[in-house]
Amino acid sequence: MIGKLINRLLQGIVVLFVLYTLTFFLIRALPYGPFQTEKAIPAHVIEKLKTQLGLDQPLHVQYIRPLKNILLEGNLGVSTRLEGRPVNEIMAQAFPVSIHLGIMSMILAILIGLPAGVISAYKKNSMVDYLLMATAMIGLCLPSFVIGPILAEYLGRSKQMFPVMGWDVRQVSTWGLPVFTLSLGYAAYLARLTRSGVLDVLSQDFVRTARAKGVSTVKILVKHCLRGGLIPSAAYIGPAFAGIISGSLVIEAVFQVPGLGRHFIKAIETNDANVIFGIVLLYGALVTLGNIASDFLIAWLNPRSRAQS
Amino acid sequence: MTRISLYLISILTLFFTACQKETQVEKANREKILLVGNGGDPKSLDLHLVTGVIESKVIGSLFEGLVGDHPQSDTEMPSAAAVSWEHNADYTEWVFQLRQGAKWSDGELVTAHDFVFAYNRMLHPELAAPYVEMLYFIKNAEAYNKGEIIDFAKVGVKAEGDYTLRIQLKEPVPYLPGVTRHYTWFPVPKHIVLQHGEISDRFTEWTDVGNIVGNGAFVLQSWKMNDHVAVKKNPHYWDVEHVKLNGVRFFPTENTYTETRAFLAGQLHMTYQLPPDLVPKMEKEYPQFLRKDPYVGSRFVRVNVTRPALNDPRVRMALSLSLDRKSLCDTVLQGFAPADTLSPDLGAYQPESVVAYDLEKARALLAEAGYPNGKGFPRYSILIGSGGTRSTSEAIQAMWKKNLNILFDIHAMDYGSYISAQQKLDFDVTLAGWIGDYLDPTTFLLMWTEGNGNNNTGWHSDDFEKLLDDAAHSADPAERLKLFVQAEKLLMEEQPIIPFAWQAKTYLLQPQVKNWQPLLLDNHPWSAVELNSEKGAP
Repeated sequence: MIGKLINRLLQGIVVLFVLYTLTFFLIRALPYGPFQTEKAIPAHVIEKLKTQLGLDQPLHVQYIRPLKNILLEGNLGVSTRLEGRPVNEIMAQAFPVSIHLGIMSMILAILIGLPAGVISAYKKNSMVDYLLMATAMIGLCLPSFVIGPILAEYLGRSKQMFPVMGWDVRQVSTWGLPVFTLSLGYAAYLARLTRSGVLDVLSQDFVRTARAKGVSTVKILVKHCLRGGLIPSAAYIGPAFAGIISGSLVIEAVFQVPGLGRHFIKAIETNDANVIFGIVLLYGALVTLGNIASDFLIAWLNPRSRAQS
Repeated sequence: MTRISLYLISILTLFFTACQKETQVEKANREKILLVGNGGDPKSLDLHLVTGVIESKVIGSLFEGLVGDHPQSDTEMPSAAAVSWEHNADYTEWVFQLRQGAKWSDGELVTAHDFVFAYNRMLHPELAAPYVEMLYFIKNAEAYNKGEIIDFAKVGVKAEGDYTLRIQLKEPVPYLPGVTRHYTWFPVPKHIVLQHGEISDRFTEWTDVGNIVGNGAFVLQSWKMNDHVAVKKNPHYWDVEHVKLNGVRFFPTENTYTETRAFLAGQLHMTYQLPPDLVPKMEKEYPQFLRKDPYVGSRFVRVNVTRPALNDPRVRMALSLSLDRKSLCDTVLQGFAPADTLSPDLGAYQPESVVAYDLEKARALLAEAGYPNGKGFPRYSILIGSGGTRSTSEAIQAMWKKNLNILFDIHAMDYGSYISAQQKLDFDVTLAGWIGDYLDPTTFLLMWTEGNGNNNTGWHSDDFEKLLDDAAHSADPAERLKLFVQAEKLLMEEQPIIPFAWQAKTYLLQPQVKNWQPLLLDNHPWSAVELNSEKGAP
């Protein structure tokens, strides 16, 4: 088990290295440099800036230097867009917000999605099932930039239940709209996955045997079906968790949440290389870890997959 | 299962009991804190490193220049860091008497040496300040900035004692007091900047919360990136007893729809910008909040005059004459005014109009240039950046197709590529704009000279540059403006840029905000703003 974990982690490091290299060359392929502003900066000033930031050095030096700083000092350099603010500081301010938003949304998605899926499977082809699954379908189809403003308009502006803008860790009401909006799509997908997983198990012989022995419905569902029925969902949750953190860009813009997503978009728009590196590597690490965690969760849930590997 | 549902219920109750009773604006009215939608997060608060309007709002609360902004008038020049100023006969030398006893927010005295230091830092070649050209009015400033002169003593700025600042200019500048209202001319605290690094160090911590010291009406209280910048009243400010607000909070409202919603939900006193498509709705439902203030900015079509067909002034004039600017402003650019010259209202300067909506003449010019009814005209495209200009480009596209039978495609690019394409002259025509830095025609006209980084049309004219040069050396203000009128007329006859609208600042404002009048430069002195705490006061 430990050997397998180390193996997977080493693979992850290779993935991150490839990610860095790809990003490095993609940034160079951008048609604009870091000093492109609407009001043109004088040419001699741009030359000076390039020298100061080492952008006039040969490509291999530019490639190795950030890598060396990251590996040896954990220093991601400074942001050109934000006039020299350290990237470490930017990430330290924004990442906790993204993580907080992501975790709360994932918890809410699981709390809504799993029970809905189990009930749907148990009441297969009933009105309840149709209703739940139709709702889930709507949740999946409506993008967050549509549902977010609608919720903000209704619950925020009209009912004054939540602020429509801003984020404050100490003020729970500010979490309401972003967390709820972000969780909806994931909850819907989880409900559908759980339903099919549980349905699969419900048709197995051992469930019929349990029923014949007189085991209660709740017990059958929770004890016998859930573990097996959750496998598809578990495979989904790991990568989805990484996705929910890196994919909250739209939510951050709609509700003005000061997370990483907004820095990421602006960094790409302004060729702010160090910020792009920092965020890409962080997201890359999250996706890798999410996948590893998912695999181990499945191995725990499903003894057969343990035997196979 | 029960445990899960218990958890679910407790979380939901937590959410739903968190309903707010008093709106944030009502609370802020009580506390005398102004809540401002500022359109984005400042990139930095180091006034030598930034170039934007967003930054200027925050910097304007923290620092003060020689001459102040008047809350009701663009042309009034109230005293600020300087109490009086005089100039020589030909406006090439100015002497500012500074306010004695004025203090930085840490209690140290503001002296002429701080101004000299600030200009030295801004012009220092190693600092590489992007907005440095704003100081090129000063004698030898450009040469020092480009490293052609090493000794700063040769630059035309001197402190004579602690309270006299003498500025020598490279040419007559009768409007200098207005220019010094721009943040590039503000002082910086020498003792604080040097405490955190050398004069030319770019990336220091002197502007961080806790370090930054200013001479304005407010001091920096907190700054959380992409969340808010808060400033509070500066007890050391010379005019502190007339400052009505206890603080200002700037919110980085990039999404204008979110910002509008936040305003209507009682989270903001004012917005940065109302999306044009919401203007009719606001006119109908909330006229008491809607503001449409004239703003010193122009929108125009920039033409690449190195392209075939577009290199013919007759073609460019035809394109210009076929634009129905009025309907463009009435339907798409809600709140903007139709423009028949480049420079908007700048007070005494009155440019002559040479373009109007004239289809007959437009078609005749096009035929004369060899494209009767648009026949044989190359297939070009209108370049736009991502954002709100698509509908404008579609309206212009439709007008050219309908009126001249010329089809332009629309080519949208992300912002960085859009700017880069213009600077490389890699476009046919593009939608662009310009915001003036101060109220003088030079802010709109100087950029169209050969080699200027903001020209990006491929156009230049020796006659035009001669007129600008003559104006620059004219010490008679009236004569000077007359030369600029001629220069702008020449530019407009050539139409390398086709102006179509003068900008307006369309936004929402709570009626409790007092002493807030329309200003062309939109530089409202925060120190003069008042909040009427009565709820819903008219």
